[in-house]
Amino acid sequence: MSTLIELQELERYFKTPKGQLHAVDKISMKFEQGTTMGVVGESGCGKSTLARTIIHLQEPTGGKMFFEGEDMTHPNKAMIKRLRNHMQIIFQDPYMTLNPRYTVEDTLKEPLVLSGKYTKGESLNKEIRRLMDMIGISGRLRMSYPHELSGGRRQRVGIGRALAMDPKFIACDEPVASLDVSIQAQIINLLQDLQKDFGLTYMFVTHDMSVVRFISHDISVMYLGQLVETSPSQELFERPLHPYSKALLSAIPTTDIDKPRERIRLKGELMSPINPKPGCRFLPRCEYATEACQQPQKLEELLPGHFVACCRARQLNNLS
Amino acid sequence: MNAMNPAMNAGSEDSEALKKQSSFKMMLKRLAANKLALTGGIIFIILVLLAVFAPLIAPYDYLTVNPANKYAGPSAQHLLGTDQFGRDIFSRLVWGGRWSLTLGVLGTAISTLLGIVVGSIAGYFGGIVDNIIMRIIDVIQCIPGMLLTIMISVVLGQTFFATVAALSFGGIWGTARMLRGQILTVRTLDYVEAAKATNNGPVRIIFKYVLPNSIQQTIIHACMSIGGQITMASGLSFLGLGIQPPLPEWGAMLNDARPFIRYYPLMLIGPCVMIGLTVLSISLFGDGLRDAMDPRMKK
Repeated sequence: MSTLIELQELERYFKTPKGQLHAVDKISMKFEQGTTMGVVGESGCGKSTLARTIIHLQEPTGGKMFFEGEDMTHPNKAMIKRLRNHMQIIFQDPYMTLNPRYTVEDTLKEPLVLSGKYTKGESLNKEIRRLMDMIGISGRLRMSYPHELSGGRRQRVGIGRALAMDPKFIACDEPVASLDVSIQAQIINLLQDLQKDFGLTYMFVTHDMSVVRFISHDISVMYLGQLVETSPSQELFERPLHPYSKALLSAIPTTDIDKPRERIRLKGELMSPINPKPGCRFLPRCEYATEACQQPQKLEELLPGHFVACCRARQLNNLS
Repeated sequence: MNAMNPAMNAGSEDSEALKKQSSFKMMLKRLAANKLALTGGIIFIILVLLAVFAPLIAPYDYLTVNPANKYAGPSAQHLLGTDQFGRDIFSRLVWGGRWSLTLGVLGTAISTLLGIVVGSIAGYFGGIVDNIIMRIIDVIQCIPGMLLTIMISVVLGQTFFATVAALSFGGIWGTARMLRGQILTVRTLDYVEAAKATNNGPVRIIFKYVLPNSIQQTIIHACMSIGGQITMASGLSFLGLGIQPPLPEWGAMLNDARPFIRYYPLMLIGPCVMIGLTVLSISLFGDGLRDAMDPRMKK
């Protein structure tokens, strides 16, 4: 397994009248080829911004990004064009993801033609048909406009558009959050099938813990623009180390009524992401906070493959 | 590969049966199904045909004076009577379309096109470009529209094209401002982001994604403003600018009729009806056009 994308202390700040908004703050991550990295966190924690920065819909304001070992932090136009053949995005809202004036065919054809791989004629036609089969859209819907399709079908077309570029990496920005549960399962199965067939690498942004557990190999937990914990999926669910991850996991509803459920309720508000203090961002809501938490927190490998940014994690979890 | 929905994979062969129906053809179909729009379109075409074939339709010349037969009422010789110089009013109305319609349509077309260009640039690029353009528009819009048109007309002179330029200039800014507002809401939507991610250039994004989804209001606005432009043109004629009498521009005819409004209203009613018909037919048609351009409207 090789690393497809590596982020080193990636930053994306926004200028606001009140100061710098730290949407993505010094995030280091690795996306291994053919795996799914789940990114979870509450709304406003910067997970979508992170996804958009990676595929260059936003420009990073600091740090470094590598694609297959090549520096892609500030690509020129030609390089952006090349990168986009490798990196695509799927959006959350199926109603907003497709151009209302494009038929299914138009939507799928455009990336094929623009990437220069297919020009007019039979090969293009065949490729569109192949894509539609792949995403499970019936041929009779080829000339349909988005408003004639259901939410699940729209999302499939959105996936088809991303696949048309023949990417290696797809950033999924909450792709199932606005679908109902049975359709969620279909879309997730489709994504998993595609991963198996083409060795795709996913970044799966979501706030739905049960979805992310099902699809992800690794999970990263974000809080206010920072990475607080990252670990293999199973490990994180069995043994969350960061106080925030614990609270997040305790919020998952369970179907086992015999199992005692300890719900950790967070008190207080999120602190403002504008010009935040240097210490732990979770400090005002954390019941274990001490003096040391006011220092910047570093991501440490406490267990094999399990990184935590909390100076108290070792002690709280009885690790040596 | 997709075990969940075997039914969905079955349909790929029937795509052969689907012929691509061009979106333009679809639009015409929807437009033809809209009775009001059709009526508007037909009235407007009749008005245009009247103007185009004026020499064949008008029974008299529009300039020939006949002092012996002034203020004549409607009769077999003079369908709508004659004016204060004995000129045939019907003939003058038919000929008048040539000036009024071209002024209205040309003035609107040019101002709308330029407005779309300016508005798109401001809306799509945003930031400092938007700021500079909008501040310039603010300054221009401080000057009342009529005054602005008069000033330009005075500077450029009284030729036909100078009048078109004067009329167009005033209309650019409202269109630009409105379109920019629409574009600002559309350009942050996911499908525009997706277009960027699939290597669409800015020009293609503007023309394929942003404009088609934000231009409806602009089209309606343009249709409505044709009437405004015709009135503006007549206002210029009234002040001795723009189209000069004795040319039978409808607005100029209105001003001619003003002193006789009490004694001989027929002189006034003719041009009023023509201007009214033009504005009405264009609005009906424009309304239908907007609906027809939107694939979400079924019928």
